[in-house]
Amino acid sequence: MGQIEWAMWANEQALASGLILVAGGIVATAGRFTQWYFGTYAIAAGVLVCLLEYPRGSRAKGSTLERCGQRYLTAVLKLLGPLSRNYYFRAALHLALSVPAGFLLATILGTVCLVIASIIYLLAAVRGEQWTPIEPRPKERPQVGGTIKQPPSNPPPRPPVEARKKPGEEDATPAGGPPGGPRVNPIPVTDEVV
Amino acid sequence: MGNWVENEGLSIFVIFVWLGLNVFLFVWYYWVYAFGKKYYYTTKLLGAALPLARAPAACLNFNCLLILLPVCRNLLSFLRGSSACCSTRIRRQLDRNLTFHKMVAWMIALHSAIHTIAHLFNVEWCVNARVNNSDSYSIALSEIGDKKNETYLNFVRERIKNPEGGLLVAVTRLAGVTGIIITLCLILIITSSTKIIRRSYFEVFWYTHHLFVIFFIGLAIHGAERIVRGQTEESLKKHDPVMCEQHISDWGKIKDCPVPEFSGNPPMTWKWIVGPMFLYLCERLVRFWRSQQKVVITKVVTHPFKTIELQMKKKGFKMEVGQYIFVKCPTVSKLEWHPFTLTSAPEEDFFSIHIRIVGDWTEGLFNACGCDKQEFQDAWKLPKIAVDGPFGTASEDVFSYEVVMLVGAGIGVTPFASILKSVWYKYCDNATNLRLKKIYFYWLCRDTHAFEWFADLLQLLETQMQERNNAGFLSYNIYLTGWDESQTRIGVFLCGPEALAETLSKQSISNSESGPRGVHFIFNKENF
Repeated sequence: MGQIEWAMWANEQALASGLILVAGGIVATAGRFTQWYFGTYAIAAGVLVCLLEYPRGSRAKGSTLERCGQRYLTAVLKLLGPLSRNYYFRAALHLALSVPAGFLLATILGTVCLVIASIIYLLAAVRGEQWTPIEPRPKERPQVGGTIKQPPSNPPPRPPVEARKKPGEEDATPAGGPPGGPRVNPIPVTDEVV
Repeated sequence: MGNWVENEGLSIFVIFVWLGLNVFLFVWYYWVYAFGKKYYYTTKLLGAALPLARAPAACLNFNCLLILLPVCRNLLSFLRGSSACCSTRIRRQLDRNLTFHKMVAWMIALHSAIHTIAHLFNVEWCVNARVNNSDSYSIALSEIGDKKNETYLNFVRERIKNPEGGLLVAVTRLAGVTGIIITLCLILIITSSTKIIRRSYFEVFWYTHHLFVIFFIGLAIHGAERIVRGQTEESLKKHDPVMCEQHISDWGKIKDCPVPEFSGNPPMTWKWIVGPMFLYLCERLVRFWRSQQKVVITKVVTHPFKTIELQMKKKGFKMEVGQYIFVKCPTVSKLEWHPFTLTSAPEEDFFSIHIRIVGDWTEGLFNACGCDKQEFQDAWKLPKIAVDGPFGTASEDVFSYEVVMLVGAGIGVTPFASILKSVWYKYCDNATNLRLKKIYFYWLCRDTHAFEWFADLLQLLETQMQERNNAGFLSYNIYLTGWDESQTRIGVFLCGPEALAETLSKQSISNSESGPRGVHFIFNKENF
């Protein structure tokens, strides 16, 4: 049990809770149930929870699979600083958000699910877990001719001496000897590549 | 197209039959509740919400029956063995059991959602009718049952208004309480079964999944309070709803329309699920019995890069190539079973598995087998092991072809250890009888570190083939997708068409890292 990152499960549970809150809220509002405004609240709270939980945090061990299109929300969450990083805050927030939805039968399932997510986040916070954003891998494309020299214009296997037209060319060191045994190159070979 | 039908035809057929049955049950029960005479007055009270709750309920009965069957792997193994007469297509179908289990699970989630939403409307409207917050007809219908000798239609008898009324129903009625509990179990099971949790935090998935026990018990008693009400048979004979509907104020006063009598539907779900529950119970008993069979670890080998090999013996153990077993080590965890592919050949007198140490359980096993100690371990110190299996498609079909192409990627290469060893034994036994003449083996992995033991096996086979003057029998190609940081310059050589040269050149550049300590792919092209 030592290596479980509870925040990963809490995240799935909270996301599901958000969706359930929205669904219950829509039922209560569209059906104009008694005190249906609690349903409207549930829709708003559910959307907020979904937006907060959609970007998956980076795992401590190994690489993490992003959710589709989560980059944009990740950027927003990064701006919130400790409010998004700290799981104690998330646990408290989810607990607080869930309470008003508990007044309607249509949304009470969302309440219970969100409370469970809050408890799991509390467990994660106690164990010192934190939300860290998944950074995109920097794609550094070196300029051609920057660190990589021009590919050799006369790569091995080289034609026989007679057929060679340009003397004094630069050649990269061949990876292995040309087939047919080692040969002495009349043109000196230098290692030009970085 | 023909190939596709060959490979996928039976699966698609099974799925269509399953979907068809779902649709049929939905439509049938919707019709019964929307247009049946028995529920004439219930529909007057509840509108479309009643049939919309009962139709998915029927589908839920069907799917909850199905969901336990694909995970009875001993039963499936038995079916697979006994279908040896039938084509491999049937056996392959049985190997897609987990896919089917997941599909049925999603269907259960969908129908639960429809069922719950419809019942939310039902409860809201039933409570409203009792507190006079509804049309007069519904209010009048709901008042039946207040007088003595009357049976009620509206199951809500208290006059407490919404939302408290609805909440009260949910927590005081059996259907409400069980409904909330089992829906909660379902949600927890689903959130802990996502791929990321399953792959990385297996214990969370496995233990939470056992909430299904509460799910099934709650499901069986969910309808026991009989709150879905319809008119009784005798009442229908005396009181025809179509005729008497308009004269509700005269019911009981005129001869043709006595006050109608209602009764609740008896619970039906248990009839659907009791069979599979029994089968699953048998499955767990079989697993338990098998786990009590003595398994002896005959040898433990530590391989480089955190891999260990366990060689074991069990009385009566029979395997085919490419199968897998579930292993439990009570010293590490009394409840967890983990699957491992068998890496030994059936011809050997022991069976072996190769385990990579990646998580809690494998680390625990590593320590329990004394692999962290340098000195020789006594046999009696080795932990007790329980084995269930073997399971899985036997890849024995490999011997019915003259030429085979085996492709293994990453950890998927392990069954090929079993296959290649078995091929070798059969070859040594009677090379002329062996139909298999040539093997092309393709191995893709990040680097061979984690599979040094397999690389050694390949080298061993290659040497032995050369000794027997049949070096061409096994041809293997290894593709490494990762590279060591210490190799800084890698030459890429191409002789081929221009389009390929362009692609390869771009790839060489994009995969090279800047800076002197990075990896560089230097692209060299042959020019003609």
